[in-house]
Amino acid sequence: MNRYPLWKYFVIVVSLVVAALYTLPNLFGESPAVQISTARSSAKVDDALQARALAAIKQVGLTPDATLADANSVKFRFKDTDAQLKAKDAVQAALGDDYSVALNLLPQTPQWLISLHAKPMSLGLDLRGGVHFLLEVDMNAALSKQLDKTAGDIKRELRDRKIRYGKIARVRDSVVVQLRDAQTVDDAANALRTALPTLALEQSKAADNYTVTVTFTPQGLQQLKSDAVKQNITTLHNRVNELGVSEPVIQQQGEGRIVVELPGVQDTAKAKDILGRTATLEVRMVDSDPNHIDAALKGNPPEGTELMPEQGSRGSGVLLVKKDVELTGDNINDAQAGFDDHSQPAVHLNLDSAGSSIFGTLTRENVGKRMAMILVEKGKGEVVTAPTINSEITGGRVQISGAMTSQEANDTALLLRAGSLAAPMNIIEERTIGPSLGKDNIEKGFHSTLYGFLAVAVFMMVYYRVFGVVSAVSLACNLLFLLALLSMLGVSLTLPGIAAIALTLGMAIDSNVLINERVREEMRNGMTPHMSIQNGYAHAFATILDSNVTTLIAGLALLIFGSGAVRGFAWVHCIGIVTSMYSAVFVSRGLINLIYGYRRRLSSLAV
Amino acid sequence: MIEFFHVKRDIPFMSYGKLTTAISLVTFLVAVVFLGYKGLNFGVEFTGGTVMELQYGQSADLNQIRDSVSAMKYGDPQVQALGTTRDVMVRLPATKLHTAAQISDAVLATLKKDRPDVQMRRVEFIGPSVGDELVSHGITALVLVCVGIVAYLAVRFEWRFAVSAILANMHDVVIILGFFAFFQWEFTLTVLAAVLAVLGYSVNESVVVFDRIRENFRKPQMRGREVPQIIDNAITATMSRTIITHGSTEVMVLSMLVFGGPALHGFATALTIGILFGIYSSVLVASPLLLMFGVTRENMIKPVKVKQEAVV
Repeated sequence: MNRYPLWKYFVIVVSLVVAALYTLPNLFGESPAVQISTARSSAKVDDALQARALAAIKQVGLTPDATLADANSVKFRFKDTDAQLKAKDAVQAALGDDYSVALNLLPQTPQWLISLHAKPMSLGLDLRGGVHFLLEVDMNAALSKQLDKTAGDIKRELRDRKIRYGKIARVRDSVVVQLRDAQTVDDAANALRTALPTLALEQSKAADNYTVTVTFTPQGLQQLKSDAVKQNITTLHNRVNELGVSEPVIQQQGEGRIVVELPGVQDTAKAKDILGRTATLEVRMVDSDPNHIDAALKGNPPEGTELMPEQGSRGSGVLLVKKDVELTGDNINDAQAGFDDHSQPAVHLNLDSAGSSIFGTLTRENVGKRMAMILVEKGKGEVVTAPTINSEITGGRVQISGAMTSQEANDTALLLRAGSLAAPMNIIEERTIGPSLGKDNIEKGFHSTLYGFLAVAVFMMVYYRVFGVVSAVSLACNLLFLLALLSMLGVSLTLPGIAAIALTLGMAIDSNVLINERVREEMRNGMTPHMSIQNGYAHAFATILDSNVTTLIAGLALLIFGSGAVRGFAWVHCIGIVTSMYSAVFVSRGLINLIYGYRRRLSSLAV
Repeated sequence: MIEFFHVKRDIPFMSYGKLTTAISLVTFLVAVVFLGYKGLNFGVEFTGGTVMELQYGQSADLNQIRDSVSAMKYGDPQVQALGTTRDVMVRLPATKLHTAAQISDAVLATLKKDRPDVQMRRVEFIGPSVGDELVSHGITALVLVCVGIVAYLAVRFEWRFAVSAILANMHDVVIILGFFAFFQWEFTLTVLAAVLAVLGYSVNESVVVFDRIRENFRKPQMRGREVPQIIDNAITATMSRTIITHGSTEVMVLSMLVFGGPALHGFATALTIGILFGIYSSVLVASPLLLMFGVTRENMIKPVKVKQEAVV
């Protein structure tokens, strides 16, 4: 009666083997690595780059232990930190500023485990050390900036249509246009409806109060907010890349918040500085006089001009540009990748009213000449594109096209958009954990779990003898299952998570105690040993289920409403409850069955 | 066979009902008074502000640090030792005038001037709006846990069981909070997690006893017994398990308290108190409450549902 069918033993063995396999990567530790990723979206990570980097490393007499490449980065693993540092310097020198080269730690997971998708648990910031920021996007500022631009657009549109208007003023969250009579109100409303289709218009034709009020529609407002957050995230990504952080996390949280996590970064002052900085676009004229270019290439550029590196499809080179800035990125409303009339990839810029009129004048006066669009970052300029002006461009819609692929058009649009933040951001939460503290935390968490586990296991074995040994073994299985699931699910382990592991183990033993006590009781009531095992497990199960479900309810509430530390705790807690049901009931019964189930004459149980 | 609790006859727990209820009521009221009078010493996550953990090469001079930080006029600093004489925690209130970034950098720079052997271990800055949100989320979580547990127990048992269990456990929670108020220990987010975990754990405890009570009501040989006797029998039968389970969990938690360092200290403290009171309340608070609500055999027998036997 106390025998499992063969398949149940099989399930136990298979689950244990799988759990062991997926827990295994955690034991290999980490080794130093060098990670290469692009610093600009115009630079690509590809096989050619990998070969170049490898050549640079070989040149200083080093061979990486392993090379790992993914879509956005290449990583080289080394034996020790000396080799890592030497390789980093060599690679940085060889690749220049286009790529960011960062120091990283890579798991030493063997290849056969990687091919099984077994990977070690990722560690939270409190165990690894690093910086965590929670930034709040100032939506009012974003809205205000947008309304100012809208007011300018309205002014321009009405002037173009030759509709006479009075004052254009911002009243709270709307723009109010004063008009002369009912006829102009209609004209203005019609003109604005076609020019600004995403905005809501309201006409007023009361005597002495002829106005059109322009507001954002709720959808428009929503769009504005989500665009502001998206643009800020893009900008942050670009900036964090410059920091050379190995695995940054930049995510939206809630409606207007952004989480930035930079593992391993210790210099918070620098991190904050870079996150808050702005990059800008500048439009300047190109000096195409061959004599001037010759002079400049000899290191002697004429007054008022400078040489500027050029990036893009026509290869890297230099251009001689004037120092006068005609237009800055502040006048760009939006940049989108698209196609021109000949179905060639292009970037469409949308300038605001001031920008449009400046751009109109500039192009009218410089037909046939080249102008340069320069992105200024870290105080260093770089020509993104330098088209020739064919005709006057009015209306603020500028199209940049040339021999570019659609990928490049996307990248350029992103660069132009990502230049500056859509709205200012405030740091509302900051956490810095030093690396020594992280190590301490791992050690302390590990020790407290280990000693607690040993104490409980020893007690169980002494108190319940054979059943106690089975309980201790199934508790160990529970730990194995828990670690395996955490590694598989990619939940990042934090200190509260380690605390939850310890607590879950302490609580998981409850199920075994319930079973063991029940078996004792059945024996006391005069049942045969086999019946005692059978009834003990059966009676205990209802209780175990009830008590675990109530605990799970609390765990789930923590998971849903918790943030940060609490979530880390709740994840492990919830998973632990599920694994403890499996190991305490199913696995332990399997062991008991193996020990006692095949004995015909069983007169007593060691419980 | 080792047995700690071999009790031949049922212990008449229910006859002490008046006494235990009185004790509970008094501890509960004392906890409420401390909560109201002293209030909780909320951690920086809730109040907003800046916390810095510093480590010195040699033992630190707390007064000097306090003076240096006070002189910077960022508000009234709290400076305290953190476990060892070398580890120091500096806490500053939230201010509107300075951003977090400026504060932590400036403080470290000033302290470095005084003593170059100081090292930043951890910085935590929380804006005030985040704190408010955490409080409301915490309360929502607490309410949700209670509602969830009451609903589950009401379905599995009966409403009397559900209400007594949740009352007994709220009593635990209030007592933990009372301890934190009395000693002015810092109430952080991890402590909140521990409190909610205790809620789940402690209900566990009541469930085990209730399960026995239900079983006893259904047993033919218990038919002649009075309700209090049935409850006494259930408590006595599960007592050994109660003590051993709690002992095991407590060992784990104590291990965390001893070896876990300052980061886990608050968490482990809350759990230690919670588990100790959990034993008491599940046995001596929940069951008398059940009796008070007038549970009868008919409450449990009426729905003629065969108790689901588990397939193991």
